[in-house]
Amino acid sequence: MLVFLLRRLAQSVFVLIAMMIVVFFGVFMIGNPVDILISPDATPLEIEETMARFGFDQPVHVQFLKFVGNALQGDLGRSFVHGESAVSLILSYMPATLELALLGLIFSVAIGVPLGVYAGYKADRWQGRTIMTGSIFGFSLPNFWVGMLLILIFAVELRWLPSTGRGDTVEVLGLRLSIFTADGFQHMILPALTLALYKASLVTRLARAGTQEALMQDYVKFARAKGLSETRILVVHVLKNIMIPIITVLGLELGSMIAFAVVTETVFAWPGMGKLLIDSILTLDRPVIVAYLMLTVIIFIVINLIVDVVYTLLDPRVRVKGDAA
Amino acid sequence: MTVLDVRDLQTHFFTDTGVVKAVDGVSFSLGEGEVLGLVGESGSGKSVTGFSILRLVDPPGRVVGGQINFRGQDLATLSARDMRSLRGNRIAMIFQDPMMTLNPVLRIETQMVEAVRAHDRVSHAAARDRAIQALSKVGIPSPEERLAAYPHQFSGGMRQRVAIAIALLNGPDLIVADEPTTALDVTIQSQILAEVQELARDTGTALIWITHDLAVVAGLADKICVMYAGRIVETGPTDAVLTAPGHPYTEGLLGSIPGHGRRGERLTQIPGMAPNMARLPLGCAFAPRCARASDICRTAAPEITDIGPGRALRCYHPAPMAEGVA
Ligand SMILES: Nc1ncnc2c1ncn2[C@@H]1O[C@H](COP(=O)(O)OP(=O)(O)O)[C@@H](O)[C@H]1O
Ligand code: SF4
Ligand SMILES: [Mg+2]
Repeated sequence: MLVFLLRRLAQSVFVLIAMMIVVFFGVFMIGNPVDILISPDATPLEIEETMARFGFDQPVHVQFLKFVGNALQGDLGRSFVHGESAVSLILSYMPATLELALLGLIFSVAIGVPLGVYAGYKADRWQGRTIMTGSIFGFSLPNFWVGMLLILIFAVELRWLPSTGRGDTVEVLGLRLSIFTADGFQHMILPALTLALYKASLVTRLARAGTQEALMQDYVKFARAKGLSETRILVVHVLKNIMIPIITVLGLELGSMIAFAVVTETVFAWPGMGKLLIDSILTLDRPVIVAYLMLTVIIFIVINLIVDVVYTLLDPRVRVKGDAA
Repeated sequence: MTVLDVRDLQTHFFTDTGVVKAVDGVSFSLGEGEVLGLVGESGSGKSVTGFSILRLVDPPGRVVGGQINFRGQDLATLSARDMRSLRGNRIAMIFQDPMMTLNPVLRIETQMVEAVRAHDRVSHAAARDRAIQALSKVGIPSPEERLAAYPHQFSGGMRQRVAIAIALLNGPDLIVADEPTTALDVTIQSQILAEVQELARDTGTALIWITHDLAVVAGLADKICVMYAGRIVETGPTDAVLTAPGHPYTEGLLGSIPGHGRRGERLTQIPGMAPNMARLPLGCAFAPRCARASDICRTAAPEITDIGPGRALRCYHPAPMAEGVA
């Protein structure tokens, strides 16, 4: 276990280095930040001074080494637009994204697992086929389209739920969160549903496949031979077995959920990291873009590590070893 | 008193390549405390017979005919709900592979308590007590602690004991044991055999013991049904069948047991392979492998014929010894 963790850690460092190179040179290509930093009527001298202050007059490789050196100290530069450290800027937007992604994840399990188990149980019937067809829509409908549809139905037509912003927030453990206030939670429902739709389809498919496989196992037949009800067999015997792979996959997907909340946050004007990224791209705020990409990679790496550990904890066969009676 | 009376049971599998008559007209009956040995090569329809009794045949299989009279009611026509209340309660089953029958992610306690509470409105604590009793009955040391364990923490033999304990939980009238010792090594096999025999005798539980090994049922069963290709080809009291087998197939099974062959004869294997159930020959299904097969054997299937008290045979040319009985 320890060896395994160390190896994963070493791999992560390589990924991080590779990402630094890709991110830095990639972003370096996307236009000249000087255009937005300096007013159009500045004198050539002023321009030169600004260039020197930000280090833009140096050769690329010097800039890169300086970037790496600073990055190692947790400094990814200052936002050109906000003036504040890019890392702390993103961190201040992060709670909004995290709570949205988390609620989205919960929604996708709450929707996907029951649908998938039922579809697996009725695999050859119309119920199962209908659910599977539905999940194809979940996969293929674009996020922004779903978001706007939900806004149209639930915010504009029915006026049940708000469609923009975070609503009331409350400070919990030093983080500003919406999820713990009634108003904030209402604001989260539509964007979280939008974010959940794709994952819910994924979970449905996973749960269906798992259920179909579990239903063929001897332990299900034995459970039936014990006279258990079909409901108990599905909810206890099957579900407990299929949750392990589902949680693994979902854990891995949490990273992409956070990273790709970009579109959803934009549609719902949700002030999270994703919206910050879009705004930063529009203003060519290079340090923020770089910091966002780097942080996202780190989030991915950390989540993968956690999932590996949780997985071993969840499966009793992996957890307890070598004490067969 | 008769516990189970199966009449002309037909269980067919409707596959893409045709209808497989896995069980084709099987009849037998079983009294209280009686042990029936259901013997035959792999693929002869023993498990399907067992699952049919519990109405647990999975699609594409289906019980298509016959009666399964259990204490006076026909299980073949019983509602799904009533059938469920019998399963694990009045009729229990033990499966072949102990590594697969227990749910790997649930504690033994969960799997035992639920089996009690599916049929009895008792508290968790009361169900747990019953589980502990059942575990100690099948010889599991410190059962109270073992309840908290997961299946993988038990050896194969211990897992099968747990499965047997689960079968015993509600004091059933009938237990169908489908090759429960086949996957275990020989010492544990005979231990479990002896224990189950004792348990069945003590409680008056009727037992159907399915096996491919005649030697296993020799000391256990009161009577034997020999199955071949979905049909019973010979049946009778264990002693009578073992000492004077009438069907060439039974003779073949006996010949392959060490110590059971006749004096001076070498161990013999039945020649040929188990038949393809989707494409059975026209006449007697055993004809391609039978040394005594004649023309009639290959044109029309023999009917089952009584040849003595409780003895019946499905063969045109039975061994002379068995004919003498008639
Ligand atoms: N799921 C299935 N689909 C098709 N045929 C099956 C299926 N299960 C069993 N059978 C048929 O039933 C026959 C008897 O199977 P089974 O009762 O398991 O044999 P055994 O005597 O070894 O327990 C097999 O030879 C096979 O042809
Ligand atoms: S009927 Fe004929 S072929 Fe079949 S077992 Fe008897 S002798 Fe052999
Ligand atoms: Mg079998």
